[in-house]
Amino acid sequence: MDFILNLWVELGAWAQGLLNSWGVPEWGVNLISDIVGALILLIIAVMAVIIFTPMERKVIARMQDRPGPNRVWPYGLLQALADAIKMLTKEDIVPRNSDRALHMLAPLIVAIPAFLVFAVLPWGPQVIGKDLNVGVLFIVAVGSIHVLAVVIAGWGSNNKFGLLSTFRAVNQLLAYEIPMVLCILTVVLFAKTMSTVGIVEAQTVPYFVVTPVAGMIFLICALAEANRSPVDLLEADSEMVAGYMVEYSGMKFAMFFIAEYVNIFAVAILTSTLFLGGYKFFGLEAVAPILTPVIVFVKAVFVVFCMLWFRATFPRMRFDHLVGFAWKFLVPLALVNLLLGALVVKLTDNVWGQAGFMLLSNIILIAITGILVNRIARQLREAPAIKRIAAVER
Amino acid sequence: MNFSQVVFIILSAMALIGAVGVVTNRNLFRAALFLILSFVGVAGFYILLEAEFLAMVQLLVYVGAISILIIFAIMLSRRIMSSEFRASNEQWLIALVAAAILLGVLLAILLQVNWPTDPVADIPDNLMVELGKALVAPDQFLLVFEVASVLLLVALVGAVIIARER
Repeated sequence: MDFILNLWVELGAWAQGLLNSWGVPEWGVNLISDIVGALILLIIAVMAVIIFTPMERKVIARMQDRPGPNRVWPYGLLQALADAIKMLTKEDIVPRNSDRALHMLAPLIVAIPAFLVFAVLPWGPQVIGKDLNVGVLFIVAVGSIHVLAVVIAGWGSNNKFGLLSTFRAVNQLLAYEIPMVLCILTVVLFAKTMSTVGIVEAQTVPYFVVTPVAGMIFLICALAEANRSPVDLLEADSEMVAGYMVEYSGMKFAMFFIAEYVNIFAVAILTSTLFLGGYKFFGLEAVAPILTPVIVFVKAVFVVFCMLWFRATFPRMRFDHLVGFAWKFLVPLALVNLLLGALVVKLTDNVWGQAGFMLLSNIILIAITGILVNRIARQLREAPAIKRIAAVER
Repeated sequence: MNFSQVVFIILSAMALIGAVGVVTNRNLFRAALFLILSFVGVAGFYILLEAEFLAMVQLLVYVGAISILIIFAIMLSRRIMSSEFRASNEQWLIALVAAAILLGVLLAILLQVNWPTDPVADIPDNLMVELGKALVAPDQFLLVFEVASVLLLVALVGAVIIARER
């Protein structure tokens, strides 16, 4: 019974024992188990595309009161497969006079951060690629490579519109990275560790309840970093064709596409790890450790569902509003929240006390923010039209 | 030759090829990318030395921020897209002298310092905690750390102020 409940850990120990009994030296066992672990994580990450593309289409279709894809059997669930075949058979185009090597390099680089993040995302106390003691920092650092891929793609396409949207994309990614990191910092303050497993273990109360402000800001920034509507100005398919990937076709575009969905999956798991208690679910993880990956997956699917919900609900933001929103609203709010968090951590060592004080201060913060935003909006609304336009253009 | 030596050679090759690429490549954009390769190689060194925190900060700051800044500066410069961009200009003599002095100083340090070759000392498990305490200990790096962080905070707040409407 214990074997079944601890299946994932026992399975790893069994496989290593088997290799040992075959006379494989210790470094060989470590190497093989590392490679196998990495392959499993890779496959799980790629599965995101198969799971989330049909889910996205079906959920959005439901919300918009239409059937969605329903031709490819069954219920259009295999539409992703048909799309993949279509992608593979498309012509591979490299624009003339473009920087050919860089044009080819960008789709590869965009996949690196998307997959690398999975190394530190916990599926259970011991079911994790590698529990780095700088896990969260690793995620942020690796995520910053994404910007690089966007820049190379925009430059390597030899397309002035691609290059222009690269500027926009980098502007957005950098702007939303700052409040995101500030929110992660608030969580690290409470958990007193940067290891992802440590953060989950520290969550007696899920941090979304402790500090809803950080949770919401993080979710918004995660949307922007994963390039989801309503903040998908990197791509904005219906307005600017495809932004920086306008010249990419066939398999190279498919790489961007796969990386995007892997990113969404990673961001969803990260959100559940940092704010929703990760693999913990009311003590279930202690009773049946075999279920921890399922708990993480269900939470991740829930976060993805919320993302789709946002997409179906809100219209796309205008670009100046988008960047202004990050700098003028999210950054100050996240900073104030971080200061509050530091104060509360200094105030008491008790977990419940911290949670209570932080929740209280967050509710007050939300109320004050609401009043301020309301007042500023009213001032803008009642201002003469000419001034209003000037204010918006600035 | 053990495993970490192989990794060290690969990382060194990355850092050196990157560095050579930066100075020899005519295309400024590609030169910037070689610079990033070099940075990543250096980040690898930090991991090899079991200083994960430094490695992550190296990636975050140099690859994620400074290189992007450099690339933006390159992209926003005029006529940089044309291929017949000269790698040197009329200031090459001054640059040569400065580079020679820098090389001399580095070589002098390299030859004079008695590099320790003892086996690695025990690395504490809670390296992050030690680092954090060292940063806020009054007799260690408190002043430097606070000044730097206040500077960065001022820059961040300043960016918000500039973005705000007057």
